[in-house]
Amino acid sequence: MRQTMRDFISARARGIPPSGIRKFFDLAVSMEGVISLGVGEPDFATPWNLCEAGIYSIEQGGTSYTSNRGIQKLREMLAVWLRQHYQISYDPENEMIITTGVSEGLDIAVRAVTDPGDEVIIAEPSYVSYSPCVTLAGGVPVPVQCRERDWFRLNPDDLMEAVTAKTKAVIINFPNNPTGAVMKREHLLPVADIVSDHDLLLISDEVYSELTYTGNHVSPASLDGMWERTITLNGFSKAYAMTGWRIGYLCAPKEICDAALKIHQYVMLCAPVMGQVTALEALRRGEDEKDRMVQEFRVRRNLFVEGLNRIGLSCHMPEGAFYAFPSVEKTGLTDHEFAEQLLRNEKVAVVPGSVLGKGGEGHCRCAYASSRKDLAEALLRMERFISKNCS
Amino acid sequence: MDETDRLLLCLLEENSRLSHEELGVMAELSPDKVKRRVAALEEEKIIRSYTTVIDWDRAANGGVAAIIELKVNPERDHGYDRIAERLSNFREVRSLRLVTGVYDFELTVTGRTMQEVARFVSEYIAPMDRIRETATHIIMKTYKENGQAFFEKEAGERIPYSP
Repeated sequence: MRQTMRDFISARARGIPPSGIRKFFDLAVSMEGVISLGVGEPDFATPWNLCEAGIYSIEQGGTSYTSNRGIQKLREMLAVWLRQHYQISYDPENEMIITTGVSEGLDIAVRAVTDPGDEVIIAEPSYVSYSPCVTLAGGVPVPVQCRERDWFRLNPDDLMEAVTAKTKAVIINFPNNPTGAVMKREHLLPVADIVSDHDLLLISDEVYSELTYTGNHVSPASLDGMWERTITLNGFSKAYAMTGWRIGYLCAPKEICDAALKIHQYVMLCAPVMGQVTALEALRRGEDEKDRMVQEFRVRRNLFVEGLNRIGLSCHMPEGAFYAFPSVEKTGLTDHEFAEQLLRNEKVAVVPGSVLGKGGEGHCRCAYASSRKDLAEALLRMERFISKNCS
Repeated sequence: MDETDRLLLCLLEENSRLSHEELGVMAELSPDKVKRRVAALEEEKIIRSYTTVIDWDRAANGGVAAIIELKVNPERDHGYDRIAERLSNFREVRSLRLVTGVYDFELTVTGRTMQEVARFVSEYIAPMDRIRETATHIIMKTYKENGQAFFEKEAGERIPYSP
């Protein structure tokens, strides 16, 4: 006789949606000759001088745990770097944690501040993990749409409308995945005012900060009165092509940082040591290679966005990150149909905008972190697709 | 020379076949402005020529290249310059540099066969006035040339989608 088993899956796990790109993923890996513009990581390998530092440290036996907060020297260098680059000051002893990618930083930040029922506003379209992280922490995600007419920046009026008595925090990500939008000082100020006026916390994911093409990145914590109510998340993945090393960092006032550190030490203990050593080398001697990659991304952006507009997919000029977010409206297809048919017929992989949250419908995300040759070929195929299917 | 000139040079160094229009899109300039800037860079001899990097090993044309070290007695008044000019006139001399260290000139010489390279060195270079000593190193394999590595690399495993 077979004993019946109860359903072990928690309501919370059940409550978070599966990845919206899973079916595309399975389809793409079953095909030959796909050009993928679907990946959110640089196509460059980590600069070799950084790899050498990691390899050397492994040869020297550097394979152990580090302190929970991360290697002291790395935190100290990072504190200097953040002050110099973004005019934000954090004490490496008390206000900083090296995390396993920004992914972990986001999770522990949200869990450190969210009580059951707390509403957390999320500027969308966005990276897919913000909303599930809030749900898993017992909070209620509240999406606010960033509109194309605002160049996909967070409009303060839209933010105001979403704020309620239960709102605890606001999550933003600029330069933005998937839109490439950038919030300059004048755009951040009214948002900061709302956050202050309503006694909210800002969780700012700035992992694309170094990929800012027009002007300099402005860190919200550098604005008047915002340091105290901001958690700054950043990492090495995008700027230094270090995605697989899994190194990010969380910076926040001591009280918040202490709370996040408790979670971090129980669930992660520490970020991988070889990644931390390599990140330290990135701060010491990675600037030149980083600048070279940023220049290359900018060149590709110019080529690719010009190409999209030429073939009839209207696209605003993204000011940061490495994504173009064209509208597919003119094709008469939904973003899902467009992405699926483009993959099936022309073997170009893009991400349908609606899996990236509110405001993503009718768009698709194209990462231009591919060689110029591949981008040119992708544009040819997309042009052919449009002329065949959408006349 | 400014940042934009430097960007144009980097783009051209990597692919000298880019048109003014393409360069313009990449560098956020009009084709006309690109044309003027490139012309100025040519005028100033910062751009010396537009060439192609060829992996001759792969072309399997049987050619041979050698690195030649030369010890030279410099001339009063002219130092190394006049002798360098004489050496550089030979078509066989592909590159020529004055370097620090135990020898003075470093040349790259090409020929159809090893004998041809050896003959060139012994008949033309070694007997020249002021050449004190030569050492010839036949190039066995080129791994990297002009910033281009000639390795067949397995493409790393890159997933087709990630959020």
